[in-house]
Amino acid sequence: MSTFVEEKDKLPGWNRPPVIEPDGDGELLEVAMGPHHPSTHGVFRMDVALDGERVIRLKPVFGYLHRNHEKLGEGMSYLGSMPFTDRLDYMCPLTNNWAYALAVEKLTGQEVPERAEYLRVILGELTRVVNHASAIGFLIQEMGASGTPLMYAFKQREKILDLFEALTGARMMVNYMRFGGCRVDATPAWLGAVRKVLDDLPQFADEFENLLRGNEILMARTQGVGILRPELAVNAGVTGPMLRASGVNYDIRKVDGYGIYNRFKFRVPLGEHWDVYDRFMIRLLEMRESFGIIDQALKDIPGGPIMDPKAKLRGFRPKPGEAYGRIEGPKGELGFYLISDGGPNPYRYRIRPPSLINLTVLEDMCLGSNVADVVLIFGSVDIVLGEVDR
Amino acid sequence: MKTVEEIKAAIEAAVPGAGVEVVPNPSVSGQHSLRLAASHAVEVATFLRDDAELALDFLSNATGVDWPDKEVSEKVKVTRTVSKIVDGTEQQVEETVEETRKHVVPGCLEAVYHLFSVAKKHGPVVIRMKTANRTDQVHLPSLTPVWRSAEFQEREIFDLFGIVFTGHPDLRRLLMWEEFKDHPMRRDYVEPDDFEYEPTAHDEVLKRAQERRAKLSAVVSGQEGAGA
Amino acid sequence: MLGEGILKGLGETARNFAGSFVSAERLTTIQYPEERAAPIEATRDFPFLVYDGADWEAGLRCVACQICEKECPPKCIYIVKSTDKKPDALGKPQIYPTRFDIDISVCMSCQICVEVCPFEAIKMDTEFELSTTDRFGGLLYDREQLARSNEYYHTIHPTEAAEVDARLAEEKAKAEAKAKAAAVAAAAKAAAGPAAPKPAAAAAAGAPAASAPAVKASEGEKQG
Repeated sequence: MSTFVEEKDKLPGWNRPPVIEPDGDGELLEVAMGPHHPSTHGVFRMDVALDGERVIRLKPVFGYLHRNHEKLGEGMSYLGSMPFTDRLDYMCPLTNNWAYALAVEKLTGQEVPERAEYLRVILGELTRVVNHASAIGFLIQEMGASGTPLMYAFKQREKILDLFEALTGARMMVNYMRFGGCRVDATPAWLGAVRKVLDDLPQFADEFENLLRGNEILMARTQGVGILRPELAVNAGVTGPMLRASGVNYDIRKVDGYGIYNRFKFRVPLGEHWDVYDRFMIRLLEMRESFGIIDQALKDIPGGPIMDPKAKLRGFRPKPGEAYGRIEGPKGELGFYLISDGGPNPYRYRIRPPSLINLTVLEDMCLGSNVADVVLIFGSVDIVLGEVDR
Repeated sequence: MKTVEEIKAAIEAAVPGAGVEVVPNPSVSGQHSLRLAASHAVEVATFLRDDAELALDFLSNATGVDWPDKEVSEKVKVTRTVSKIVDGTEQQVEETVEETRKHVVPGCLEAVYHLFSVAKKHGPVVIRMKTANRTDQVHLPSLTPVWRSAEFQEREIFDLFGIVFTGHPDLRRLLMWEEFKDHPMRRDYVEPDDFEYEPTAHDEVLKRAQERRAKLSAVVSGQEGAGA
Repeated sequence: MLGEGILKGLGETARNFAGSFVSAERLTTIQYPEERAAPIEATRDFPFLVYDGADWEAGLRCVACQICEKECPPKCIYIVKSTDKKPDALGKPQIYPTRFDIDISVCMSCQICVEVCPFEAIKMDTEFELSTTDRFGGLLYDREQLARSNEYYHTIHPTEAAEVDARLAEEKAKAEAKAKAAAVAAAAKAAAGPAAPKPAAAAAAGAPAASAPAVKASEGEKQG
């Protein structure tokens, strides 16, 4: 069954996808890229209509990983939903936890102690390093580099995952943040281990850059490909490295200043050419900025408690009301919208998934380019299906 | 940034006749919302996006909420004339009785939008729209022509809640498959009875598993009885 | 020169390749299952029930309060309370679980059951090589399969087990001190009071009443 809706989609409008006319007669080749596809970052399908090599129409289709997380959240207590947030964007479980904890803290007005905020920043930035290194690695693999840069990135990821395991008990599904602080305190030994890993990371970033940045094949394949205009990016709700690669200076860590981010000095890299190469370079530069933030946090972390002393583990019933809390996740703006009716379970538990909303412009970027570029453009959006489908 | 009342005043000045009301938010977050009437919603949204001061050019989150029908019982004092025997003779006497009256407050489906400004770096501004009821009048104007990011999110609201957005360029199901019938995120959604073998069933699933086991064993014993 | 970037990249790859022959840092693959990665102390896999002493049934710390069952997000714990009582570690008669099943194919190792347990009865194990060929019951662990001794707990999580033991010893000491104080007070009251049968009844009533607030106090400590 064709998923193309031909008449309605030819609506005029500056924020609608362009209409590409095929040149020549003949039928268009309709290809389903996915859901069994090595390059689609999960179970994801794109219905593509091709004229030779050029993409004429493209419609993304997903929902293969839909677990109705939002309904589960309505049936579970607030604390019980925390392990499920790990499984949303499963490459960055700590930032997912943080977003949910932030939303609940906005709803109830709880205070988070200093040490917990520093720990959150350290873990959040380590997660950002892991995510950006893996994203670049996967993008390069899709270009055909058969996994060498990916494995270099994963070598560092292993070290960081070992750090997570030593602190929280699990490599990925950490279930670490709580409403009002963190679950487990960090020992000085652990902070020393973070310092040791951090000392090796800039050398890894240099190696990565040497391997990739000047590589002519990479430049030829990614420069000028998948251009996203800044006005369209803002109107389409795109956030994260994709938005900054289109030259828009919007980083929620600087805008909202949630947690204690306004104490750290870090720069926000912006792109000039709005293409895939910019998105890849932005991720590399943001990784370097994260090293600086972790370094500052390790120097300044105070002692003290890690949980709000008035926080309750069981019988947590926030007063009726609603709140929307968001963070700058590695993929974009991850937000949680909670409506509480005074009971132990939330009345409405909504996750604002950055990957899903970043996919809105996939069509715009891919139309008119070659099919081989579709894989690259899609890889530069950096999605995780757990978040798109929830 | 302006407060909610100031934004309401600005909207009413720019779009006359727009039915805007403030919905206060009792929680500490202070994120009060504005309820828009469906008739002028697209105009109001365009004003919010293009206004020089507000510049709400970024739609961050669009979601649906289901408010099911509520049965409300209230005690009402009713005065009635009844014939009663007073002092041996039948007379018409006024009697005041307290009655419990039940009536159903019709539910609705609601669409909530969170707006931010990338140009001015402020937000959030929360706007809401309500449908008339949950059964047949479930149409709302689509804000996709104003903010493109509503495209997939309104499709998801249509898929999971059932709100039909008029003016949406491509309203199909997003997360469920095309032939699926019900709307899963509604509060009265009943899951299909195809749960797998659950060794540690609880609550609802345990009850249904026990009922099914009882039914199956009744069928089996019935067959055995008939065979023997 | 055209190709300079590619050559630079190939130089990096060559350095890593040659280095993997000479330095352990660059040879990162661990040949599992012949080699194992170094175990990390805080790791958690699936829950187990702790028992004190040698007899797992008598020393099981769990009192079937069913808090872990209620808080478990995927609802993988199934508990059936007993109808009789047996004495627990403090000597007080307690109910115990006649059935305590955890379906580890459902369990997601979130460790919330450990956090909410007021009696330090359920902890996380570190075993992960648990595959089985029995599809329908092989991953459903009952009470006996889940019970492990406190000594085992010390071998897998030494620092945590030491903390738990310290906490339990403190609670026990507090309970004993309270019981002693109550007994002394009751004896003093009986000596001052008129009737003779009263001291025996008062002493008997004093001891269980004293240990009950001690247990409640420990619960309150855990919550706060």
